Amino acid sequence: MVTKTLPQRTMKDYQVKHSNDWCPGCGDFGILNALQQALTGLGLLPHQVAIFGGIGCSGKAPYYVPAYGIHTLHGRVLAYATGAKLANPELTVLAVGGDGDGLGIGAGHFVNTGRRNIDLTYILFNNAVYGLTKGQAAPTLPLGLQTRSLPEPTIQGAVNPLMLALASGYTWIGRGYAFQVRHLAELIQKAIRHPGLAYVDVLQPCPTYNDLYTKDWFAGKDLELDEARVYDVEQEGYDPVIPEGADDEIAISKMTQFIAKAQAWGDHIPIGVLLETRALSSFEQRIATRIPSYRSAPPARRLVADERGHPTTDLRAIFAELAIT
Amino acid sequence: MTRHQTDLAWRIGGPQGSGVDTAAGMFARACAIGGLHLFGRREYYSNIMGRHSYYDVRVARQALTCHRDTVDLLTTFEPESLSRHILAVAKGGGVIHDSDDADTPLERMPFLDERVQEDLRVDLEEHGLPCSTAGLLAKARQRGVDTFAIPFDEITHALAREFRVPQAVADRALNTVAVAVSCALLHYDPAYLAKALAKVFPRRPQLIEINMQAVELTYKFVRRNLPANDFPFRLVPESTRERRLLINGNQAVALGKLAAGMTFQTYYPISPATDESIYLEAHEAVQTVGGEEGSVIIVQTEDELAAVTMASGAALTGARSATATSGPGFSLMAEGLGWVGINEVPLVVTLYQRGGPSTGMPTRSEQGDLQCAIHAGHGEFPRIVMASGDLHEAFYDAAQAFNYAERYQMPVIHLLDKALASTTQTVQPFAVESLHIERGEIYAPGNSQHHNGSFARFAPTASGISPRALLGQPGGMHWLTGGEHTMYGRVTEDPVVRERMMEKRARKLALAAREITVAEKLHVYGNRGAAFTIVSWGSNKGGILEALERLADDGIPARLVQVRLLWPFPMEEMMPLLEAATPLVIVESNFSGQLAQLLREQTGRGSDYLVVKYNGRPMSGQELHRAFKGVHAGTSERRVDLRNPYE
Repeated sequence: MVTKTLPQRTMKDYQVKHSNDWCPGCGDFGILNALQQALTGLGLLPHQVAIFGGIGCSGKAPYYVPAYGIHTLHGRVLAYATGAKLANPELTVLAVGGDGDGLGIGAGHFVNTGRRNIDLTYILFNNAVYGLTKGQAAPTLPLGLQTRSLPEPTIQGAVNPLMLALASGYTWIGRGYAFQVRHLAELIQKAIRHPGLAYVDVLQPCPTYNDLYTKDWFAGKDLELDEARVYDVEQEGYDPVIPEGADDEIAISKMTQFIAKAQAWGDHIPIGVLLETRALSSFEQRIATRIPSYRSAPPARRLVADERGHPTTDLRAIFAELAIT
Repeated sequence: MTRHQTDLAWRIGGPQGSGVDTAAGMFARACAIGGLHLFGRREYYSNIMGRHSYYDVRVARQALTCHRDTVDLLTTFEPESLSRHILAVAKGGGVIHDSDDADTPLERMPFLDERVQEDLRVDLEEHGLPCSTAGLLAKARQRGVDTFAIPFDEITHALAREFRVPQAVADRALNTVAVAVSCALLHYDPAYLAKALAKVFPRRPQLIEINMQAVELTYKFVRRNLPANDFPFRLVPESTRERRLLINGNQAVALGKLAAGMTFQTYYPISPATDESIYLEAHEAVQTVGGEEGSVIIVQTEDELAAVTMASGAALTGARSATATSGPGFSLMAEGLGWVGINEVPLVVTLYQRGGPSTGMPTRSEQGDLQCAIHAGHGEFPRIVMASGDLHEAFYDAAQAFNYAERYQMPVIHLLDKALASTTQTVQPFAVESLHIERGEIYAPGNSQHHNGSFARFAPTASGISPRALLGQPGGMHWLTGGEHTMYGRVTEDPVVRERMMEKRARKLALAAREITVAEKLHVYGNRGAAFTIVSWGSNKGGILEALERLADDGIPARLVQVRLLWPFPMEEMMPLLEAATPLVIVESNFSGQLAQLLREQTGRGSDYLVVKYNGRPMSGQELHRAFKGVHAGTSERRVDLRNPYE
């Protein structure tokens, strides 16, 4: 969700002068470009944004955005992002990371973050390989495929991140493609605007290590019709929204159509907003219900001492509870 | 209140889930309401229902610091507790047991450990006694222990009958009956039990009433059936105007954190740390001096990997943030701790030690994690490790930990242990107003170093401390990374920048070692001029203080040096104390003597005697006194392993 906005930000506000060390032709460039466009379009001031990165090539993305950029530990990006968002709910928080980061070493956090519906956006750079360690099979590489670095075809199966996001409780699920930048930028904007936990799965070529899912492959160069494999579900009139107050029947039908899209692969790969639930309270709302002062004095902003350094906490009521009589 | 009118050790045992805790709480509170001081100790298995647990409540006119091994009055209502603890009852003391348990064979107690069964069997056979509670009771009587057979069933049946309640309801008052038998034998005014019941069952008048009826019935039974004044111990109330709390270690730490203004804590359920977080969650809307509500967010995470990293994320925004755990969880946090170290994040980790390694003994105590706390995580980064010795220190240290964390921008590991966590004591309310909160150096717009709009978060300084910008702060934008980094937080592998950053972080530790006061680093107790020097840390303090008093009674001057700051190690402050130490006795609740190793590493001085206990139970003043007497007499080995097979 976007809090304060300021119009007329330009792309320059979201670019850095530091040199970039991704391989030429990497899908990360498309995603970064889309991310910068999205933030520019939302009119956010850079200091209002915190971007948390995992470990791997994708985890370096925060270095190329002039916001608060936090390069975390392998697999833990969502936990760091959650802590910051809960402590300072006014921040616009994004988490970025690769498929190995989010679905391998960090799978526990991928699932459990879904249980909380926190207002943050998780962008997963999905290229089916571990790039920075030179191309081992990632959790999204299908069984039996052999990418460039593998000595043998993989004998481990793939996890479907869209299905996992659904099962875990993500309330906004979308998929984009790294080299459809304008579409991806819009998708990321929608994800950030969603007042809950959003998951953006981004299909991306790794030109160095994934010689199967290449830019040409996504473009459908090998297909008879020479038509791009990815297509936006919006063109079909797909409606992803489970509205507020929707009954079980509606919810189940929306999830059923989502599952069909999430399972589709091969010659026609759906992208776009695939599911949007407006029927669930956010974690922040749940906390505010318990602690009404959460909104006005969240953990990051609560004054804990007066100007002389004396604690502002008043323990008298608790001492009375613990008193002997 | 005892025959020597100062000190009574009461113990109650029973299966987990049978209400032993409630009963002990009732007895403790009744004593506390009578103006007495108490020290409560809880021992239990890692189990929910059925396995043995027991609770020691030691009561005195003056403040107590530890439990006592020898028990004056043992209260049981099933044969296993009777069998486990009857040997601990002092000569002249008493045992309360169910009349039905007067002759139960040992092999009919499924949860009585084989080792205990075997030891008891051998002992009973040697004395020509049957291998049953009958043999144990006979042996106790031979030793001069009073045994009181109570027909608990009869009393609860009478309760059901006289007050027309279903038998199941009356049965639930069994613990109250057991406590009432104790109090009646001790000639304690039942009015104190009535007041205790009101506090134990707030807003449940029916429950209070039935339990009070159970008390009255029990007192009548004891007066009618047990010979008056036979049992020599008395509980005599003290009149006091002092305001006291009844509090345990988990609560003391929680209150320290609230007072310090902690606003964010994560946890993953783990014994014996969880109770602290649960207590905090129950108090997450805290009152502030202005009368407003302040929020404390407590998040139960999916694991300890998330616990430490989520708390770190919160700390980056300026929230005073912590996580609480025990050994296995702390092991998982090691990588996250390194990230905190290299990013100079103020984070407090509360570590309740339990028996290790691995799952170890989840509900038993140990001081096995000192070296782990000092070294956890790969690579080198500064940290502060501190340890509390009692409930007062637990409160003040829990608060002070945040000052250290923010002043020096590094992780602070606050060590406690299971023994301290489950210690219940009467204490005066903590002086919140005496605390001073220091938030450390925080970025303010002005003459700070910027480059291309980025703030130099890690700008080199003489002290090593650079003002930190909080996520969301205008103008403070920077990067953070677990990689080595430039002053702007961007990854670098440049050898010169690496050296500068390592040196910068190291300077902070040297600064902490200089700035932290002697009083915060160590305490000296007992005869300050004595050569007989005991060095210890953590919860052993209580037992040692009592042993010092006993030594003083023996005419042996001795002193305790309690090391409170373990890292950076207070080397300079220790040196003069060590020079005068003959002998130097180090006391620890672990096998290898981790403080002894640290002391030798840091000062070159090894221990003359090492007194250790590693059976998962805390040290008593009695056993320490025996050990110190041996050292003083010159009859002790260099290493003393404290053992007690029946606790």
